[in-house]
Amino acid sequence: MTLTVTDLSITRGGVPVLENLSFELAAGRALILRGPNGIGKTTLLRTVAGLQPPVAGQIDGAEETIAYAGHSDGIKPTLTVTENLTFWARVFGAGSIVPALDAYALNDLADRHAGNLSAGQKRRLGLSRLLVTGRPIWVLDEPTVSLDVSAVAMFADAVRTHLGQGGSALIATHIDLGLDGDVLDVGPFKARPRDVADMEAYL
Amino acid sequence: MIALLSRDLKLSFRAGGGFGLGLAFFLIVTVMVPFSVGPQSSLLSTIAPGVLWLGALLACLLSLDRLLALDWEDGSLDLLATAPLPLEAVISIKSLAHWITTGLPLVLAAPVLGVLLNLPGPGYFWLVVSLLLGTPALSVIGTFGAALTVGLKRGGLLMSLLVLPLYVPTLIFGAEVARRGAIGMETQTPLLMLAGITAATIALLPFASAVVLRVNLR
Repeated sequence: MTLTVTDLSITRGGVPVLENLSFELAAGRALILRGPNGIGKTTLLRTVAGLQPPVAGQIDGAEETIAYAGHSDGIKPTLTVTENLTFWARVFGAGSIVPALDAYALNDLADRHAGNLSAGQKRRLGLSRLLVTGRPIWVLDEPTVSLDVSAVAMFADAVRTHLGQGGSALIATHIDLGLDGDVLDVGPFKARPRDVADMEAYL
Repeated sequence: MIALLSRDLKLSFRAGGGFGLGLAFFLIVTVMVPFSVGPQSSLLSTIAPGVLWLGALLACLLSLDRLLALDWEDGSLDLLATAPLPLEAVISIKSLAHWITTGLPLVLAAPVLGVLLNLPGPGYFWLVVSLLLGTPALSVIGTFGAALTVGLKRGGLLMSLLVLPLYVPTLIFGAEVARRGAIGMETQTPLLMLAGITAATIALLPFASAVVLRVNLR
């Protein structure tokens, strides 16, 4: 499953952030997005995930193939770790949650309420959700926030396994994950500020 | 879809889930009414159907705030929007879960509270029937209001203003069924109108809710 993005332009709150962005993500590959804060990485990932429409351009191969993980993990504090994960597994129609618990060393926490977990443990639970979606393309926004060194290694392993099974990953991150993937700096695609004359027409 | 329904029900019964909030409010309103209007039983039985209906409606309104806001805050709504479930189904299930945890308890509690307001004998049956038919519409319309205001900080006031006018037809016909039933009059016309409103909202509003939710998720 190849994800192809062609001449994409996106806006955030009505302000253009990136334009004429094209890339291709083949099966088994990872693409790391880089760029300064506010450049539009999150907006790009949300657009690819289908949460907002692009202003121009085309995204192919994103229908029902994307597992998105944003800044929030979608964890319910009053449910246990197992209940949280089982819910997503049932929504995505995937099978067992055991491999996901194993991959992020969540077995000891399985019966704890998610509200009692630390920030890093919550993040691990949020990332383990990707493994129960069964979706081939992972779209991840700053996945390693609040993770410690060993958890980052668990995450990198999970991504490597996923790539090995023919999946692919689009990751916005500032740290080096040691992944064998391409790096895309979105800086050069920064949208030109609108002309003042243009702006005045709307005032 | 069953997974989502069972999760929502589980969440509402767990600590801080808000189950019983509407019920407690309904109880307080109806218990306080005899104190405020006085103990004349003839007056109470005249106003009982209307007060019970109004209490149920406000109790429903009270719990709408949390319907989508909690899922929006913790990011679940983003994830549900990218899940294989259509957003229309997600919205419908959320409405159903809201009705089971708020509407249904109100329907069951109404006859008991009717006693406090000296509701005339034949009125109990019609009160329950009208609430059973009307409260699903309250949940579905409320979900639409919640979808419109999701993501707004302190959106509760705006949502009440948006939702209350939409509640008026249901209130008019629902209370009319209960009132006519209580005094032994024919109830068919308002009952059919009430059923029609409920059927139309259930059929149409989930689509509208899904559209506004997609816009709000951007």
